[in-house]
Amino acid sequence: MGSNEYVVRTKGLIKEFTMGEETLRALNGVDLDIRRGEYISIMGPSGSGKSTLFNAIGGLDKPTSGSVFINDVDMAQLDAAELAYLRCHTIGYIFQSYNLIPVMTALENVVLPTIFAGMPTDDGIERGIEMLNKVGLGHRLHHRPTELSGGQQQRVAIARSLANRPSIVLADEPTGNLDLKTGTEIIELLRELNRNEGVTIISATHDYKMVDVSDRVVWIRDGRIAKIEERADIDLKIGEMNVNE
Amino acid sequence: MSDQPIEQPQNVPGKVQKQVSLRFAKAWEITIKSIKIRLGRSLITAAGIALGIAFYSSVRAAGLFPSTAIGPEAIAAGHRQQWLAVMALMVCFVGIMNSMLMSVTERFKEIGTMKCLGALNRDIVMLFFLEAMMMGLTASFTGWLVGWLIVVVIHIFTGGFQPSFIAGSVMEMLLSTGIGVAITLMAAIPPAVRAAQMPPAIALRSSI
Ligand SMILES: Nc1ncnc2c1ncn2[C@@H]1O[C@H](COP(=O)(O)OP(=O)(O)OP(=O)(O)O)[C@@H](O)[C@H]1O
Ligand SMILES: [Mg+2]
Repeated sequence: MGSNEYVVRTKGLIKEFTMGEETLRALNGVDLDIRRGEYISIMGPSGSGKSTLFNAIGGLDKPTSGSVFINDVDMAQLDAAELAYLRCHTIGYIFQSYNLIPVMTALENVVLPTIFAGMPTDDGIERGIEMLNKVGLGHRLHHRPTELSGGQQQRVAIARSLANRPSIVLADEPTGNLDLKTGTEIIELLRELNRNEGVTIISATHDYKMVDVSDRVVWIRDGRIAKIEERADIDLKIGEMNVNE
Repeated sequence: MSDQPIEQPQNVPGKVQKQVSLRFAKAWEITIKSIKIRLGRSLITAAGIALGIAFYSSVRAAGLFPSTAIGPEAIAAGHRQQWLAVMALMVCFVGIMNSMLMSVTERFKEIGTMKCLGALNRDIVMLFFLEAMMMGLTASFTGWLVGWLIVVVIHIFTGGFQPSFIAGSVMEMLLSTGIGVAITLMAAIPPAVRAAQMPPAIALRSSI
């Protein structure tokens, strides 16, 4: 696969926020290479820069300096229409607060990205139903978000994020508003989709349950990568914890 | 099925296609749905517009009836009428601005979400333009009709109605509706453009 091995690369990523006199460096030189098909968790304390990194990788906010490459394309070089194409076709987004359109039904929410992709109406609806079935909500197609539980809303958001068959799904604390059991279900669903669909999943999280399913865990602290753990290290640690118990 | 179902052109290194605009038929469909589903909210916004225009159009319509006064009194009445019309226009301007601004600002998050799903800035602006246009047209026309009817009914009962009044009314209808639509668009489009131009991360942060 050559250079196509990495689906996302960041180089020297810096993001500063200026508020009045003060400048705050939320990202302070992040270099990260993410392999195709990987399930990667970004862990770190509150305020460490996870969401800022999420926004930079997802093309939702411009970094102050440094670059993000998606499939070897430098995002800074893209014009608005190319960036929109990337957001529509290549990246799927999942948020802590679901961000469903409140006036649309579950199905309409999932079909919306296919409309922006220019997919014919019938195909879009078919795809929407297929995805909602896949996340276990085939019986809730015509419910509005307010008529669904948090876990169900997040499932709709997951279905929506996958509607245009993206190669990357970015999730910012997808289990942050959910209870333990529902959170575990969402994590398992994401893992399953990662295995079956081959989609790369990048998830910012506080949730230690996420560590178990991750191929790699990136720990960030004060806007820098503190360490990166591979699957083997994680297994070892989980093993150790079990021994200690 | 396969573990690499993503066989799309954007996987060619160094190349990304350009997103195409939302088709008009689709934008129209979304607009109508959006107005219908928020019917309660849409009606309140529309009522705000209609009320302003009704006030304005009733003042204008009253001015169409020839004053019974003569001499200096007639001139004074004419000035009063003009002044009232200007006042009515100002009230109507502030009212429409207020209700439209609110209805767009409370949807910044939705705009951010749509951009994450692949909407172009011009798609967003088109959606809000169509919605404002629809609302502005129907509400302003209704407002004009209400204001006009009130004046007509009053004059019929007080015996001052003349058929010639109808002729002047067509111009008044066009004027009132036009002013209503113009103010509605003036209120709705700038915030929609501003929200569309924001990086999606910022639009999503706005917590309404
Ligand atoms: N739009 C903004 N304006 C100003 N400062 C910001 C902005 N966004 C983030 N920050 C600051 O940048 C730092 C990193 O924030 P970020 O949201 O990335 O943290 P996080 O790791 O996602 O935290 P959490 O786990 O609480 O979501 C914080 O200190 C935050 O206050
Ligand atoms: Mg965060």
